[in-house]
Parts: sequence; structure tokens; C-alpha cells
Amino acid sequence: MKVYLDNAATTRLDPRVFAKIKQYFGVKYGNASSIHLFGQEAYLALKEAKEIIAKIIGGESAGLVFTSGATEANNFIIKGVARANRSEKKNKIIISAIEHPCVRESAAELSEEGFEVVIVPVNKEGLVETSSLKKVIDDKTILVSIMAVNNEIGTIQDIKTMADITHKHGAYFHSDAVQAIPYLDINVKKMGLDFLSLSAHKFYGPKGVGLAYVKPGIKIKPLIVGGGQEDGYRSGTYNIPGIMGFAYALKLAYQERSAYLKKIKALRNYFWNKIKKEIPEVKLNGSMIKRIPANLNIMFGYVEGEAILIDLSSKGVSVSTGSACSAADLKASSVLSAIGLNKNFLNSNIRFSLGRYNTKVEIDYTIKCLKDTIKRLRKFSPIK
Amino acid sequence: MALDYTKKTIKHFLKPKNIGSIDNPDGYAKIGNMVCGDQLDFFLKVEKGKIIDVKFLSFGCASNIATASVLTEKVKGMTVARAKKYDWQKIVEDLGGLPRQKIHCSVMAVQGLKKAIDDYEKHLLQTAREKKTLKPVKDKKTSVEKNLNSRKRK
Repeated sequence: MKVYLDNAATTRLDPRVFAKIKQYFGVKYGNASSIHLFGQEAYLALKEAKEIIAKIIGGESAGLVFTSGATEANNFIIKGVARANRSEKKNKIIISAIEHPCVRESAAELSEEGFEVVIVPVNKEGLVETSSLKKVIDDKTILVSIMAVNNEIGTIQDIKTMADITHKHGAYFHSDAVQAIPYLDINVKKMGLDFLSLSAHKFYGPKGVGLAYVKPGIKIKPLIVGGGQEDGYRSGTYNIPGIMGFAYALKLAYQERSAYLKKIKALRNYFWNKIKKEIPEVKLNGSMIKRIPANLNIMFGYVEGEAILIDLSSKGVSVSTGSACSAADLKASSVLSAIGLNKNFLNSNIRFSLGRYNTKVEIDYTIKCLKDTIKRLRKFSPIK
Repeated sequence: MALDYTKKTIKHFLKPKNIGSIDNPDGYAKIGNMVCGDQLDFFLKVEKGKIIDVKFLSFGCASNIATASVLTEKVKGMTVARAKKYDWQKIVEDLGGLPRQKIHCSVMAVQGLKKAIDDYEKHLLQTAREKKTLKPVKDKKTSVEKNLNSRKRK
């Protein structure tokens, strides 16, 4: 049996989305910037996609900028806003301690350019406390960027409150909401967002297409220049199949939201209760309450994460780990470090991320495999 | 990050050789730690200068386990002198290669084994010195080993 429990890494393209976008490869393949028949066909698709998305996220169609993914969207927003709004009085960027590497690296680049970059800590639940933000924010701040849902531990931040604090200081607020679809009601007005980043392949859309929402009227410097597409915000030929896939996948995600959330919550509770019951010495990382129901990040004492991953993989179960051994830089997860996990336990964690296509049968099989894996590895662990 | 482990590495990870511990070992060493994400414990049994048994415990990734498995397989039956000179590159070759960021696992396994041999030799020397100053023991054949065997695992 093959079980995919790594839906936070990427998801399977929904066959309904696939069916819908095929025509933009083979039939309606025109360049949306061309003014002939083929071009107009593609342009209409782009317009339709933007209208669908704008309606869901509650923003203006003119503020939607398609990118190659959330990494580009985050790079564009953070660097673009900082560089375009820098002045003698404003020079500060604030991010949280558990941001995705593409946010951290963008901020690091700004730091090299002379910007003051401040990292707000999270508590042991994996949440940014508003008091922590209040401590560091001031009128020098240009931008605050805090992710809506963490990719490793699934914790949900209080975005609205932090956006309000940010605006009081005359700064802009950005949220990387890649992991939030469809768990949160992503509405830029209700959440108080000036900028938002999303990625289609995290919600059953195609890979290679992301979105940056830029509130119209705010200055931002483009990252990619050229033919002036997207009103000059992002040059490059419009990826119409990807853009249509993004819009349609987002639409489906919110149309089917309530049934999906119910299913995932039941599946997650069943899974976590079974693990707690059948495997000793386990602990959940991050808040259980302020957490999306798809995510379980679990510490399995005395065994190493990559070994668990490879062992499970040999049985057909695909998961993820933040252990140092699995990282290219051989450093343990910065998110787990940020929540203050004991150093001895930093390399013993597995992330299970459930999704639309998982079933109870798959969870039962996973538990059976997991029990065997942990038992086998603990048998020869030197740490007891 | 994708890891291209060879089939042989996966085989050694899933069914490691010489896994476990030895009571009253002649040599013992621990290398690495939990914080770094890999730890190996080696246990040796030596007779007449030959490694007659070697076992290991692991808190580590798939290649940590696989490299120790191959290494112990190779040095079992080898003289201590030869085992001391075991080259980590031979482990990498034997497994059909390791991902670049996993090469250090083979180095660590070899270092751990050498540390266990050092432990054995240190106690061998100590016992020999003690023997000189003490009365001769009747059962001369196994006196050294007996002494070592009675030593508690650290």
C-alpha cells in the first residue's frame, strides 16, 4: 500500500483541475499579451482567473500578481516593498522566528543592504505573542511579515491582531498564507493584509504557479523586469494553464471546505489518539488548539527522524522530518529550535500532513507500519 | 532534499548486521550525540589480537546505521592491527556510494571503531602493567582477558 502523508510539501493535482486546464496547453495556447484571436482567448482566461481569485480573497483584481510560486511571491513582496519604501525615517523589517526559508533569506539579503531586520520570537506553542511584536515595532518599520500557518507544525497565528498593531505604526503587513488554504478564511480585508502570498500546488493545483497580492496603491519594486506583464509588477509570459489551475483549485478548495475540514479533523483525531495509545514516549510539537487539522508534528523519543522516514518509506508511507540528517545543511529544524524543543529531541520528529485523498484505511496501515518502525529502531538505540 | 541511497545502503539499514550490545566487552566506545543527530556505540570482543565479535547500537539516520553495519561486517575476524587501519572510503565503495552530505557517516563509523579499539588497548596496557607489579596469576592463558571481561561497561 502507498500512503501519501506529506500534503504540506505538495499535493496531487486534482483531476478536475487537470481536466479544466488541459485546453490551455493544446487548444487555447495563445499568449495573453497578443492582441489576435488566440491571444484574446488566453487573455479572457487570465481575466476570469483573476476575478475568481479576487472574489475568494476579498481583494481587488488589479492587486493580483502571478508568480512562479510562493518563494518568488515572498521574495518579490519582502524585497520589493522594503526597497521601494525605504527612507531616512523608515528602514526596518520584522519577520517571525518560524518563517519559511524564502522569507528568512529575503530578509537576510535586506540586512546585507543595510536594512534593520528584527526577528520576533514565538512561544513554545509556536505562536507569536502580540506583546512580542509590540516590543519591537516602531515608526521606523516598513513591513511586518508573519506567516498565517506554519509549514512544519501547522500553528495558526493571530494575523488580524498583528496586522492592526502594524498599521498603528504606519507600517505594512504581509502574510505568507501558503499553508492556510482552505483552513483559514483568507480574506485580505477581514485579515487586514496589505500583501499575501499563495501557491497553487499546496491546494491541489499545478506546480509552478504562485500569487502575490499587492494592495493597489502601495509602492513595490518588481523583482523580475522585462515585457511589463502584470502592470509591470512581474514580467514574463502569463502561465495561463497554471493561472487557470490556480483559480479553479482555489475555488474547489473553498466550495468543498466544510465537508473537507470535518473529514480531516476526524481523521487527524483518530490518527493522533491511536499513536498516543499504541506508541510510548511520543509528544506533539506546537499548539494543538491553534493548529490546522491537517498537521501532526510528533516527537518519537530515542530514535532519529530520517531513519523513521526511510523505514516508513520502505513500507510505502511518505512523511517528512526536520531532523539534521535530512537537511542539506545538516542543521536541525529552525522551527523546532524556535519553539524551544530540548536539543536532545530536535532530531526525532516526524511531520504527518493529511490531505484531501487520505482515507481511514491508509491511516490504519500507517499506524501499523509506524509501530513496527519505532519498535525496530528503539530496539537498537543506545539511548533509553 | 532528495537522498539517493543505493539499494545496498537501504538493505543494510533495514536489516543491519551485528546490531546489539555485548556484555562485558573488551573494548567500548561512544561517538557522536543526540544533538547532532547521530550517535554510535561500539562493543568489541577480542581474542589473541583478533576481533572475534563486534556489535553496535545506533541513534542515527539510515546511512549511520548502514555504514556501521558494513564496517562491523568487514572487521569481524580481522586482527586489531588491521582493523585500526580500516579506511572509511572502503565503506563508501562497498555501499556503492553515499550521498555527498552522508559521507561523514562512514568517517564517523570508522572513528567510533578506532575509539573502541583504543579503549581495548588502553585496558590491555593497564592490565599488563598491573600484572608486572602483582603476583603471577596461575591461569596465565586467560588472565588478561579475564581481567578485561570483569570490567564493567562504561
